[in-house]
Amino acid sequence: MDINPILLLAALMVASTPILLAAIGELVVERSGVLNLGVEGMMIVGAVCGYIAGHSSGNPYLGFVGAAAAGAALSLIFAVLTQFLLTNQVATGLGLTMFGLGLSSLIGQGAKGSPDLTVSKLHIPLLADIPVVGPILFQHDVMVYLSVAIVAGVWAFLKYSRAGLILRAVGENHDAAHALGYNVRAVRVLAIMFGGACAGLAGAYISLVRVPQWIDGITAGAGWIALAIVVFASWKPWRLIAGAYLFGGVTVLQLNLQAEGLKIPVEYLSMAPYLATIVVLVMIRAGRAPASLGKSFHPST
Amino acid sequence: MKRRTLLATGAGAAMAAALGLPARAQDKTKVGFIYVGPINDGGWTQHHHHSAMEMVHHFGDAVDFVYQENVPEGPDAERAITQMALGGADIIFTTSFGFMDPTINVAANFPDVKFEHATGYKQADNVSVYSARFYEGRAIQGTLAGRITKSNKVGYIASVPIPEVIRGINSAYLHAKKVNPDVEFKVIWIFEWLNPAKEADAAKALIEQGCDVVLQHTDSTAPHQAAKEAGGVYTFGQAADMAEYGPMPRISSIIDNWSPYYIERVQAVIDGTWGSVNTWDGIGAGMVGIGEISDAVPAEAKAEAEAMRDAIAAGTYHPFTGPINKQDGSAWLAEGEIANDGDLAGMFFFVEGIEGDIPS
Repeated sequence: MDINPILLLAALMVASTPILLAAIGELVVERSGVLNLGVEGMMIVGAVCGYIAGHSSGNPYLGFVGAAAAGAALSLIFAVLTQFLLTNQVATGLGLTMFGLGLSSLIGQGAKGSPDLTVSKLHIPLLADIPVVGPILFQHDVMVYLSVAIVAGVWAFLKYSRAGLILRAVGENHDAAHALGYNVRAVRVLAIMFGGACAGLAGAYISLVRVPQWIDGITAGAGWIALAIVVFASWKPWRLIAGAYLFGGVTVLQLNLQAEGLKIPVEYLSMAPYLATIVVLVMIRAGRAPASLGKSFHPST
Repeated sequence: MKRRTLLATGAGAAMAAALGLPARAQDKTKVGFIYVGPINDGGWTQHHHHSAMEMVHHFGDAVDFVYQENVPEGPDAERAITQMALGGADIIFTTSFGFMDPTINVAANFPDVKFEHATGYKQADNVSVYSARFYEGRAIQGTLAGRITKSNKVGYIASVPIPEVIRGINSAYLHAKKVNPDVEFKVIWIFEWLNPAKEADAAKALIEQGCDVVLQHTDSTAPHQAAKEAGGVYTFGQAADMAEYGPMPRISSIIDNWSPYYIERVQAVIDGTWGSVNTWDGIGAGMVGIGEISDAVPAEAKAEAEAMRDAIAAGTYHPFTGPINKQDGSAWLAEGEIANDGDLAGMFFFVEGIEGDIPS
């Protein structure tokens, strides 16, 4: 048996981080009543912009800032189209994904990077030296912790803050929120931009930490998994971590089992992460979606 | 009135341009390429494109060059190839195994267009096939891997289960085993030619399980990056030299050098002498290049690998020389027997000693 459970769990956290980042952004968007299917597109534009910003400045953290800005900028297109021109959200989101894939390919033409730009791993004093737990939890790069911190922040924001309450009200019943005098469109545009920024970060995590390189189509469908995981988590932030880590965990485990030479046909191992996601989606009592999810809103109605 | 004149002039100019272009293009030979990945993948597609560009430079103005990248294998490929044929291409190179049936199908509709399919085995009157004997390069990688590994565990990131990939695994394993009887191979199939995230994860999984040499049959440089971060792990460039990762972790490479073939075939179209052929060249003909073996390799192992390269090039050594048994222990090649090309082309079994099954 060559599988080292400590390294496996540590790898799991890294493999799950991009999905978690993209999913937490989408969760906020959906809680405000907007369905943005463009996560994949925003992720990949974030990936290429983060890569270019990081490598041209020599600072990977500037890359992440650039990626978040690029993701937010792209999501603004979606926001204008769906919130002000009242286009269909599903079609616009799908369009955004296709646009993002093409745009990233265009931006990435001839993008050059050096193999030496790396995001250093933290070694948190004391905690990192704890046996077993230390290597699993406390020796990652800063983005892993940031992703968990964002989840915690979103949870606190939605549960305890007044602004979070307004966002939820907008997502549950936009007419009522409008009647109470809240600016439904402004709330939604901000939520969409937050989702875009998170998707951008998720993409940059792939192109700056996990792979780390820029190649066309590098996100390879991670954005769609993020969308599924939001439903899986029934729109609750903490469950999102469980969903993302489950998916990331099965992905890493299946590669390890293959290398181990397990006597299970490889095809089953390869489909395992997706199968696990579907099974859990079916088994858990799907939470109630925000009541206004996907509906267009116009202040005159 | 003035505006109308302007419009008429504009339309006239556009018409002239539209009519003029094909007239000029007629004396040129139009060469098309269909790529499975992006031309900047750092590996397979990039090298086909690189070789194609060398061909274009060779002919200069005599050829018109068009290409389509990121063409998915499957039905969509048929559309892309058809479009290129309709666009007036005289010869079309389809550069991935999965384009085999689409190429044959489209070729039947365009008898006057020449087609060249890479790494396949289906020929037609206007379809040639060409491939390189990558397994010759794998023999050298296996030798180096067997010599250099300290953990005696060698990882192999396999892409799609087709004979070409299986030949590579077998060849590398046989030669690693020959110089290091304790060596063990761990194979991960990712079912794609190019998926950097998956390749990186696979490389990390192999390294975490103790592999200190990682071979890859996938197209990106992601495994090199993973090896570089892990430290003390050796890798090999695939399709392209990937020298930017040398001298460590990349210690050598297999370089696909298609340009002499491309120049020869396009020349044949220009001369009107093109015929359907089946080309399978290796190190000797220069189609498979062995990248510089870096100084991270001990001098003895380097000399041994270079001697093998020269012997293969000279034709005095064949990587599949018996005795070789199949995985189930049954005999394949007797002592001194050399594998024939038919067996190699259809190889769908592991040799004795490799663990695990080939996905079907």
